[in-house]
Amino acid sequence: MVATPQKPAYKVIGTRPVRPDGVDKVTGRAAYGADVVLEGMLFGSILRSPHAHARIKRIDTSKALALPGVKAIITNADFPTQESGTLDLGEGSANPKWLVDNVLAGDKVLYHGHAVAAVAAVDWHTAEEALGLIDVEYELLPFVIDVREAMLAAAPILHHDLRTNVRARNADTPKDRETNIAMHMRVEKGDLDAGFAEADIVIEREFTTSQFHQGYIEPQNGTAHWNHDGQITVWTSTQGAFSVRDQVATLLGQPVAKIKVVPMEIGGGFGGKIPVYLEPVAALLSKKTGHPVKMWMSREAVFQATGPTSATWDRVKIGAKRDGTLVAADVSLCFAAGAYPGSAVGAGVLCALAPYAIPNQRIDGFDVVTNTPKTAAYRAPGAPAAEYAVEAVVDEIARALDMDPLDLRLKNAPDEGDTNSSGAPWPRIGAKAVITAIKESAHYNSEIQGEDVGRGIALGFWFNGGMESSSSVAVNPDGSVSLILGSTDIGGTRASLAMQLAETLGVPYEAIKPQVVDTDSVGYTAVTGGSRTTFAGGWVAYDLGQEIRKRLTERAARIWGVDVSAVTYNDDATITGTDKDGKAQRFTFEEICRRLPSTGGHIAVSAMSRRNTAGPAYAGHIADVKVDRETGKVTVLRYTAVQDVGTAIHPSYVEGQIQGGAAQGIGMALQEEYWYDDQGHLRNGSFLDYRMPVANDLPPIEVILVEVPNPGHPFGVRGVGEVPIVPPQAAIRNALRDAIGVNFYHTPVTPTRILDELLPRA
Amino acid sequence: MATSGRLVITATINGDERTFLADSRDSLLEALRERLNLKGVKEGCNNGNCGACAVILDGHLVNSCCVMAAEIEGSRVETVEGLAGPEALHPLQQCFLEGAALQCGICTPGFLMSAKALLAENPAPTDEEVRFWLAGNLCRCTGYDKIIEAVQAAAEQMRARK
Repeated sequence: MVATPQKPAYKVIGTRPVRPDGVDKVTGRAAYGADVVLEGMLFGSILRSPHAHARIKRIDTSKALALPGVKAIITNADFPTQESGTLDLGEGSANPKWLVDNVLAGDKVLYHGHAVAAVAAVDWHTAEEALGLIDVEYELLPFVIDVREAMLAAAPILHHDLRTNVRARNADTPKDRETNIAMHMRVEKGDLDAGFAEADIVIEREFTTSQFHQGYIEPQNGTAHWNHDGQITVWTSTQGAFSVRDQVATLLGQPVAKIKVVPMEIGGGFGGKIPVYLEPVAALLSKKTGHPVKMWMSREAVFQATGPTSATWDRVKIGAKRDGTLVAADVSLCFAAGAYPGSAVGAGVLCALAPYAIPNQRIDGFDVVTNTPKTAAYRAPGAPAAEYAVEAVVDEIARALDMDPLDLRLKNAPDEGDTNSSGAPWPRIGAKAVITAIKESAHYNSEIQGEDVGRGIALGFWFNGGMESSSSVAVNPDGSVSLILGSTDIGGTRASLAMQLAETLGVPYEAIKPQVVDTDSVGYTAVTGGSRTTFAGGWVAYDLGQEIRKRLTERAARIWGVDVSAVTYNDDATITGTDKDGKAQRFTFEEICRRLPSTGGHIAVSAMSRRNTAGPAYAGHIADVKVDRETGKVTVLRYTAVQDVGTAIHPSYVEGQIQGGAAQGIGMALQEEYWYDDQGHLRNGSFLDYRMPVANDLPPIEVILVEVPNPGHPFGVRGVGEVPIVPPQAAIRNALRDAIGVNFYHTPVTPTRILDELLPRA
Repeated sequence: MATSGRLVITATINGDERTFLADSRDSLLEALRERLNLKGVKEGCNNGNCGACAVILDGHLVNSCCVMAAEIEGSRVETVEGLAGPEALHPLQQCFLEGAALQCGICTPGFLMSAKALLAENPAPTDEEVRFWLAGNLCRCTGYDKIIEAVQAAAEQMRARK
C-alpha cells in the first residue's frame, strides 16, 4: 500500500515491469562469479589460521609443492610491500598495509581463519589436498575477542604500532601508548549539563550486541588472468567493480590501466562484497603459473574471514521533561573493528540520535581492534546497534512517563530545518510522516490478544549515499536505447535505472536495454552500496535522457530546416513543430530514430553524476510477538514496516528491499550471533549453526510505503535498501517488554536468554 | 590429480542420457557444475544447509552437495536447466519473475526445484505448508514473502491447467 497521495502522473515510474536479467536468473543461465570457465584455468584454495592470535615463525611449502598437480603457492611475502595510507573503497576506506595483511597474513595471524597461504592446482581437490601439506610453525600469542576487554590497558595488543587517533575535543583519551583503541571520535552540540539539569527524568542503560554476518548465499569468489603482456583481467562478484580494480591495483603495485574488472552477477552482498579477499591472490597465482586461476570460499571461510558486523558495547543516557520532551542525550558506542581498524562506528555515531531533535547531546565512538575477522559494511553499517540502544531507552522513558511510545516519538521527531547531531540542518525528511502512517495503520490500530503477547515499535534512520555514477546511452534506429551501466545490479537496478530513463524520454520501459559492463567499458562508478544506486544512477539516466531529448530536437529542426526554438519534444516522446514552409510536422520517437543514420548519424552520449542531495531515509516498524515460556522461543506474530521511500520507482523491488532488510533485522533480534570458544575459535561457522531466518521463522512482512519526494532528485528518489534493517532489534525488544515485562539489554534475544529471565533463579 | 580415481557415470540428466567422467571425490553438485557445465546448480554452503544446489533425483528433492556423483549411476536428475519448455517458462519461473520473487537470484534455482517438488506432492498447499517445505532453502534478500506468493500463484495456474 502507498500512503502518500499527490505525485506527478508518471507513466513508467510506479509500475512493476519484469527485470531485464530476470529470465536468465530463473533459468540458471545468469553467470555468477563461481560460474566463470576459462581455457587452461587452474583452481586456487587458501590455508587458514587455526589460531586466534599467533606469530608465523616459518612456512614450509616444499611438501605441498611436490604434490602432483600443484602449480604454485604464495604467501604475503609475494605481494609488494605496502606503506600506510588511505584507499577509498566507496563505502568506507582501507589502509593498504592492513588490507594486504588481511588478504594473506603478514608476520602474525590475527584471527581464527585468517588467510596464511594460497595454492593453485589443476583441480580443486588437489588444491585442497595441498593445503594439508603446508607446514606452518606458529608461536601462540594471547588474544582478545570481547570489545570491553580489548579496551583495557592490560589487554593483549594486536598492533604494537597502533596509537589512538583522537578526534574528540576535551577528551582525556591517551594518544601515545600501545592500545587496541584505534580511534575515539566525538560529536556534540548544545550544553549537555544544562540539558540534563532541565530534565525531570533521566534513564541510563548499557547494551551489548553480538557479531552478525551479512549472510549472502553466494560465497566470495575471484578469478584472475595475468596475461603475458602484463594485462590483468579479474572476474568477480562484487558490489563495486571499480573499487575492486583500485584495490587490486594498489595491492599488486600496478597501474589501473593494466587491470580490467569484469563484474559477474552477484549473489547478495549487503556491504560485505566491497573489500577484496581472493581477487589479488588469484592474480598473483596467475602471474606465477601463467594460467587463469579461479578461487571461491567455503561457507566456513566466509564466516571466519569475511566481514561480519562489529560486536558492540553501548551506553545511552537520555533526559526528558515530564511532558515527554527529550532535552539531553549522552551516548557512547564501542565497536569491535576486528583484526584491523575501521569499524562502522562513525556512521553509528551520526545515526544514533537522528530520529530525534534533541538540543543537547554528546556522542562518543570508539573503534577497537579485536582478534576477530576484519569487519565490513553491513546494510546501514553502524546504525542498527546504535539506534537499537537509543530506541530501547526512548521506550523506557515513554513507559516511565506513562506516555504512548508513538506519541513521545512524534513529539520529538525532527522536521526540515531542525539540525542533526553535527549541527547541519535536515533537508526535507519523512520522520513525522512515517510516525503518522504507523499511527493510522491497520496493524497499530488492531488489538493484540493472548498471554505472553506484546507489541513494540521502533524508528530507524539512515543517511543514504550519493557518490559517483557514470553511464552511456546509444539511440538505435529501431527506437530502442542501450543504457550502459557501471553499477552492479543486486536487487533490480537495471530495471529501476531503465525505468527512469524511459520516464525521462517518454518511451516505454521495454525500449530501454540496460547492460552492466566491465571497468574498461564505462566511466567510473562507485559501489552499489549506501542505498545510492537508484538515486545516483537515476540522476545519470535523467541527465542522459535530457541530452537525448535535446539532440533529437536539434535533429528534427535540421530535418525541417528550422531553428530549434520552433521544435518541441513532448512528454509522450513525439516531436512536433513547423517546417520551413510553415507546415505542421510531427515525428514519433521511432520515426526520428529511423532517420538518424541518414541525417547526420546515430546519437551516443555519456555522463557522470556526483550529487550530494541524497535524501535521508526514516522507517518505523511494528512487531507483535508471542513468548513460549516453556521453550523460550519467540514467535513474531505480525510485522509491519513503514518507510519513507521518496518515490517508489518499482514498488515491488522497494517492498522487496524493505522485507529483506526487516528479515535480516529480525534475525539479529532473535537468533543470529557469532560464537567463540575459550580458544578464540569461531564455533558456528555454518548456516546450520549461524541461524539465519528461514521461511517458517518469519511472518508475512507487511509494507507501508510513505512517499515524501526527495527535492534533490528529479523523480524524488530516496535510497530504500538499508534503513529497514535498523528498527527490528529494538521493535522486537520493546515488544518483548510488553509481552513478558522484561527489558533485555543484549541482542540477539535467544531462547536461552529468555529462559534465563523467566526461570526461577537458583 | 593426486590420490583419487576416475569414474565413468551414466545417468539421465534433464531427460537426456549422459555419460561423463568424474573424479571419485566429486559430489553430485561438482559433477553437474564442473563435468556437465550445468552452472544453474549453485553452491552456497556445500554441506546441505542452504538448498541452493537442490535438484530432483529420481523424483526426490535432494541437496546435490550431499550426494556423491558415484551414487547417480542409472538415475534421473532434474535441474533448473530442465524446467522451461522450448517456448515458455515453467509457471513457477514465470510467477517468480512477475512476482519479483528474486533479488540477487543465487538461491532462485534451488527454490524453483524445491517448489516443484512441493507442488508435485501437494498441488494445493497452505501458506504455512509452503513456508515449512521451503525452510530448507535460504534466501537472504527477499524475506520470503514474495517467494511464498509466487509459489502460490504458480500452484493456482498449474491446478487450473489440469
